[in-house]
Amino acid sequence: MSGHPSTYEPKYAATKWLDTRLPIVRMGADFMTFPSPRNLNYWYTFGGILTLCLASQIITGIILAMHYVPHVDLAFDSVQRIRRDVPFGWLLQPMHAVGASMFFLAVYVHMFRGLYYGSYKAPREVLWIIGCLIYLVMMATGFLGYTLPWGQMSFWGATVITGFFGAVPVVGESLQQWLLGGYAVDNATLNRFFALHYLLPFVIAGLVGLHVWALHHVGQNNPIGITTKTKQDTLSFHPYYTIKDGFAVVVFLLIFAFFIFYQPDALGHADNYIEADALKTPPHIVPEWYFLPFYAILRAVPDKLLGIVLMLGAIVVLFVLPWLDTSKVRSMRFRPVAKWFFWIFLFFCFILGWCGAETPDNIAIPFGTDASGQARGLNFTWLSRIATIYYFAYFVLILPILGLVETPKDRPESITKAVLGDINHTVIVPAE
Amino acid sequence: MSDDRKLDVATAVDDEGKRDFIFIATGAAAAAGAVSLGWPLVAQMGKAADTLAAGSIEIDVSKVAEGQQLKMLWRGKPVFVRHRTPAEIKIAEDTLISDCPDPEEDSARLIAKPDGTVDPRYLVMIGVCTHFGCIPVGESGDFNGWYCPCHGSHYDTSGRIRKGPAPKNMAIPEYKYVSDTVIKVG
Repeated sequence: MSGHPSTYEPKYAATKWLDTRLPIVRMGADFMTFPSPRNLNYWYTFGGILTLCLASQIITGIILAMHYVPHVDLAFDSVQRIRRDVPFGWLLQPMHAVGASMFFLAVYVHMFRGLYYGSYKAPREVLWIIGCLIYLVMMATGFLGYTLPWGQMSFWGATVITGFFGAVPVVGESLQQWLLGGYAVDNATLNRFFALHYLLPFVIAGLVGLHVWALHHVGQNNPIGITTKTKQDTLSFHPYYTIKDGFAVVVFLLIFAFFIFYQPDALGHADNYIEADALKTPPHIVPEWYFLPFYAILRAVPDKLLGIVLMLGAIVVLFVLPWLDTSKVRSMRFRPVAKWFFWIFLFFCFILGWCGAETPDNIAIPFGTDASGQARGLNFTWLSRIATIYYFAYFVLILPILGLVETPKDRPESITKAVLGDINHTVIVPAE
Repeated sequence: MSDDRKLDVATAVDDEGKRDFIFIATGAAAAAGAVSLGWPLVAQMGKAADTLAAGSIEIDVSKVAEGQQLKMLWRGKPVFVRHRTPAEIKIAEDTLISDCPDPEEDSARLIAKPDGTVDPRYLVMIGVCTHFGCIPVGESGDFNGWYCPCHGSHYDTSGRIRKGPAPKNMAIPEYKYVSDTVIKVG
């Protein structure tokens, strides 16, 4: 899996024997000594954090599946039973539910990191695309999992999202009913969602394998985006980055633990503690926080099909980003103009999240009141339209044009020079 | 070169044609096999026989008082039976269909009784928003009909879409009057 010459030498007869038959220990050893750029900052620790999230979700998920019953009459109660009666269920169920939120939090940091430091540019296009695929499967897994507790938000979220397929011209209704296994979300739907929710994490694990393989083939990007040139530019993954990742993991787990122990339901919705009712839609349906920006894009458009196309487009555009950004300079540190557009992009992503959580007709930014005393101002529909336009403009207009017209700052010759300045007087060798 | 040799070459050429045929035939048979095995794997996700046989329900509309709405579950979806007030009927009938995104006369949304008369009081429809399938709330919205809380679609007193993202009027289920006051849905 690694693209550097192997330094592993088996010491014992048994390891020598194994190495000539299946060099699995060599693979692990080469992984640990992988030469990583010496200037990686804490934004680069989220790959490790995400690996931990995936492992945690799979382990807690398998445990929950031992107690969960995927049937419309029993699902809701079985989740409550896990939280109240199953030994340590009070811990394991929130670990899984909060864990999903933490997983998305980490993946968003990881993605914005990639956007800022230009980690999608050549030769890392395939690495980036596999990452986008992982994100897509994560979204599917998160949605399927949210249906399983069979609360009101589970049920109506599933109804709305499967409704997207109904918007497909001609075959929409048949496609939707095929997915549901009936005319509406029902037991058949719950059963298959459970089966698929169990399957997809292993698909993610497979994609993560490809993601890491691609990473080790092309090498990590770094905050200045300069390719590593000499051995001096790099450090062994272990111990330098295992320790750095380890520290970041501990800080991340502190936040994770805060939610599990003190606010296990803060990231969910109270409505999901009401059992699913096919005859009553909750007055205010919102998805989980990690889908809010896309939900806002969906609602920004007054047309059903166009709304879905734009929402999907918001993800599809990430896949083609390596070919949209025309700048050869990877890191925003050396792109004085693009940097500002990036921060505005981040700002509008938060705005979209805010719009997704609010009722479309409500006023977001009040400008006073009209003659009848009603508040006037910019409502959430219009705010989400502005933010949606910027979201797409950033990818299809700003990045392609800026790459051609922007003058980047001077970049250092090498990573070592950027970190240590001129080091002609002495050769600095990292401790081995 | 002997005659034998020539014969060999001729056979080899003949063979090549045969091999191409066998290759394509094998491939086609394997593809047909894969498709016929794949189809059950796909089709199993469709509606099962018991779901299809969900059947029909009978509703006595006379039990719904004026200004009230009955909600019944039919094929996993709610059916609304609304006993409309004279004011609601008048608004529904007076609306210009040019104002409707999905133009439909109020009378076209009602079904005649066996004797041929139409009772405009009872509006029967599938109470599912045509946007993404939420259940609209009655007697609300800008047109005093239904309002969908999910994405803000407004329906009028005839269940027609008037404002918001939904593309179509609320659907009228397949139903008929089996007596003067009882309808059979499905």
